[in-house]
Amino acid sequence: MFLINCPYCGERDQQEFKAGGEAHIERPKQPTELSDDEWAEYLFMRKNIKGVQFERWNHAHGCRKWFNMVRDTSNDQIKAIYKMGEKPPSQ
Amino acid sequence: MSQNLRVKSSEFIDETHRISFKFDGKTYYGFKGDTLASALIANNVHLVGRSFKYHRPRGIMTSGSEEPNAIVQINPNSNITEPNARATEIEIYEGLEASSQNCWPSVNFDIGGINNFLAPLLPAGFYYKTFMWPKSFWEKYEFFIRYSAGLGKSPTNRDPDIYDHRNIHCDVLVVGAGISGILAAKNAAKNNFKTLLLEEKNELGGSTIFETNEENKINNKLASEWLKKEISELKNIKNLEIKTRTSVAAYHQYNYLLARENLTDHLEKKDKKDKIRQRLLKIRAKKVILATGALERPLIFNNNDRPGIILSSAIKKYNNFYGVACGTKTIFFTNNDSAYESALALHNKGLNVKAIIDIRENSNSRIIKKINDAGIKIYWSHSIVDTTGYKRLSSVSIMKLSNDGTSVTGSKISISCDCLGIAGGWTPAVHLYTQSGNKLTFDEERKIFIPKTNTAEQISVGSCAGDFELDEIIKNLNYKLKIFLNINNSDFEDIAIENDHDTSKRNIWLLPSDKPIGKTKPFVDYQNDATAKDIKLALREGFRSIEHVKRYTTTGMGTDQGKLGNMHALGIIADTAGVKMGELGTTTFRPPYTPLTFGTIVGRNVGEFFDTFRRTPMNDWHVKNKAKFENVGQWKRAWYYPINGETMHQAVQRESKAARQSAGILDASTLGKIDIQGSDATEFLNRVYTNAWSKLAIGKCRYGLMLNEDGMVYDDGVTTRLGENHYIMTTTTGGAANVLGKLEDYLQTEWPELDVYLTSVTDHFATASLCGPNSKKILNKIIPELNLSDDNFPHMSFKEVLIDKIKCRVMRISFTGELSYEINTPASYGEAVWQKCIEAGKEFDITPYGTETMHLLRAEKGFIIVGQDTDGTMTPIDLQMDWIVSKKKYDFIGKRSLYRSDTMKENRKQLVGLLTEDPNIVLEEGAQIVSELNQKPVEMLGHVTSSYFSPNLNKSIALAVVKDGKNMKGKKLFIPMENKNISVTVSNTIFYDEENKRINV
Repeated sequence: MFLINCPYCGERDQQEFKAGGEAHIERPKQPTELSDDEWAEYLFMRKNIKGVQFERWNHAHGCRKWFNMVRDTSNDQIKAIYKMGEKPPSQ
Repeated sequence: MSQNLRVKSSEFIDETHRISFKFDGKTYYGFKGDTLASALIANNVHLVGRSFKYHRPRGIMTSGSEEPNAIVQINPNSNITEPNARATEIEIYEGLEASSQNCWPSVNFDIGGINNFLAPLLPAGFYYKTFMWPKSFWEKYEFFIRYSAGLGKSPTNRDPDIYDHRNIHCDVLVVGAGISGILAAKNAAKNNFKTLLLEEKNELGGSTIFETNEENKINNKLASEWLKKEISELKNIKNLEIKTRTSVAAYHQYNYLLARENLTDHLEKKDKKDKIRQRLLKIRAKKVILATGALERPLIFNNNDRPGIILSSAIKKYNNFYGVACGTKTIFFTNNDSAYESALALHNKGLNVKAIIDIRENSNSRIIKKINDAGIKIYWSHSIVDTTGYKRLSSVSIMKLSNDGTSVTGSKISISCDCLGIAGGWTPAVHLYTQSGNKLTFDEERKIFIPKTNTAEQISVGSCAGDFELDEIIKNLNYKLKIFLNINNSDFEDIAIENDHDTSKRNIWLLPSDKPIGKTKPFVDYQNDATAKDIKLALREGFRSIEHVKRYTTTGMGTDQGKLGNMHALGIIADTAGVKMGELGTTTFRPPYTPLTFGTIVGRNVGEFFDTFRRTPMNDWHVKNKAKFENVGQWKRAWYYPINGETMHQAVQRESKAARQSAGILDASTLGKIDIQGSDATEFLNRVYTNAWSKLAIGKCRYGLMLNEDGMVYDDGVTTRLGENHYIMTTTTGGAANVLGKLEDYLQTEWPELDVYLTSVTDHFATASLCGPNSKKILNKIIPELNLSDDNFPHMSFKEVLIDKIKCRVMRISFTGELSYEINTPASYGEAVWQKCIEAGKEFDITPYGTETMHLLRAEKGFIIVGQDTDGTMTPIDLQMDWIVSKKKYDFIGKRSLYRSDTMKENRKQLVGLLTEDPNIVLEEGAQIVSELNQKPVEMLGHVTSSYFSPNLNKSIALAVVKDGKNMKGKKLFIPMENKNISVTVSNTIFYDEENKRINV
């Protein structure tokens, strides 16, 4: 059970949060211009890394804000947390 | 039976307090402070259970939670009986009843014992190998296997006890109150850390507290005396909370630990009443100190499982702590010095220790001299090759061990005895350490796995970290604590420690016998009856991974999770396969460390508290009017209102007719409502719905369909424009929370530039939906000043009105196809307005209807229910709702996916209507649809999604999804059921009032 440092509320139990999959996958600005393959790449393809992964999390039972997390999926160490729109920390 | 095996009184046992209890139907006596195990041993009862597979007689082996054999059934004759309790952990109380498990008809005469003689036929993987053919017979085998297998009996009645959960936050959590844990907790608390100390037993002090070895001294006192003083001072320390009878079950990430606090199991029945039995502690600690100690290892030799064969350390505890002798003629069998301490403890209490058999060649410890002085015979370089005694050990046979330890030589000596203490060294209890995600390292010299890495906020101290000697424990503890707690001094830096120092040990995982291994029974896992030869067999058959060997042989898979024998299993695998143990690794340690009851896990969340319910403001009225309820998400919704003993079908038919013929009223308060405001609200709706919103005038309503980005229908509902920049969106009842979450996600992450604010107002409004040709008249009675003409208040529009000074929103929208108004009132006035509608509607026989009638009425009109007629694989095109998908809008959620090759395929499943050939047959929802009968294999074309008997059409109607259904209108299809085939014809989805005239009657 993680202890997650919400950038808006501070440390809270994992129960208050919802995981939202891989981060930094931007919705294409002009979907109609994309080929089926390009759209499928956006829609379906996720990395699912063993190791350091960039993720979206939502403080669903709290401030309801979305934010980003850098987590090592092999040992569940949270490396960094930063707000939406901010650049990921350099590794 | 008399207490003939009590030795000198013990300070830990209250001999003035006699307690009677029953075991296997027979009454015995013990004293306050006894465990069931110590009391049974005091009564000379050693045979307490039968083993799992061979039904061999088994006795008490340990004195703690690692016990593999003495697992018993509590309250065996009650329907709230509890299985698999460890006799070594049960504190006796007046009236305790327990019985042995795994035996029938009794532990003394067990029919399953025949398995022991069939043992050669029951090797590892026996069940896998034997009962797999012929395949079809498995069902027959399974019945008998399940009948004779299993541990104990499950209770048949619901658990009457109360359980609780508690959240705890602390600076320092110390797990285990042996000498290391106590000193660590004391240091932490004294340095102003809020400290919690947990101990699974009911007393503090671990094994040091009953230590009588005079070689081990602290400040010139016996270690036990010194520790008792330390413990007595604990209560004066601020910041320190101590919980005994509390076992840590799990250690999760970020120092989140779950512990079970046992509050009443040791109390008499009358004292248990109305008290919380167990509490699950959910602990979040800033720092964790593990002081979980070490478990003594058995030795693996032929027939090492007879009742009377007990861990050496347990014999010492029974002797020193409980004041109970495990036998009258005891022998010890050891590979290290610790058995000598036990032997001496027994000797000092006047008990007969016949011999010590040591597989080492010698030892230089001071304690050896004391043993010699006591006249106890030591057999160096000897090993036990066999034992005798079926229900109780009666003798051991020993032989000289070869230099390499792989065989025995010379002549066999037989020594009679009734108790054998075995000492195979110590295994650090690293279970919790590894659960937390840390890695172990193997100390090749000492043959132990010890902690390797530690996260910043956790340390292991004492014997669980591999420190077994007193001076080593204290020295390392001081050093580690100062760094870990960032303190300058430890309280225990200046104490003088003396201890005997010979840690020599000769490790042989599997001791040889004079017989070939195939003829021996060296048990590695006592509870599951896995022997060394099973492990060797698994290796011969090609298993290499320890995880596979474990599952194939079931080693370590009992309720004790192999706390005793796992290391030996690893050792035997390593030796046999010729690999290093460090490279082999261990099997995964998983929570819980000791079994938990379900009650503890669920706590108070049982019965009506299992989940939260949401009730509408009109709920009391529904109850008063005898509504039946159905669960929709967390909501309790009125389902139908039976009168005069109507069945559901009868009630629904009546309600449906009334709603179309005169007037009906539905509680629609549960629909999700989201208030949307902001200068970009219209643009936002354009992006999230498939249709266009730019031209919706203020005061008008529009139905919208929301897709997922994959093009599949996600939710639907009517949204009303309340003002220039203000909308109210309704969602499905079950989808409300997810829709809000999805909209917030897009706003925050994809379109942060939009000026839009979302507020969930589902609970703020109550909604009464008036429907039917007379609904206008009823509304007119309630709000006479409102002009209800079609010109002033047309279909799909909204008015803000006052009802008795209460500001209400009335939408003229319809989910039934009838003229219909939805009155939204502030929630607290919901029931009053509802009552008003009922009063006003009396002269029109207004009929309250529930969700079932609502579903029927909308099905007559072919309106979909998202989640019933769709399942996450339906696009709007599949639903034949092309009209709602804007071709002009550049983009909306899911638009691009509607042009993927797969979603554009012609023969996808599409929503159609179905009419049965016999209008009285109502199809089953979920029934499969085919076009051909008598064809194998038959192609499943789709399934029925909604089906009702329509009272207004006097025939059965259904909605279904059918492959290429769009092009099948008029085609005959079949629904094959268990005992008949139903013929149906594909139809339009709108069955009633196709021209939509009734919304304007």
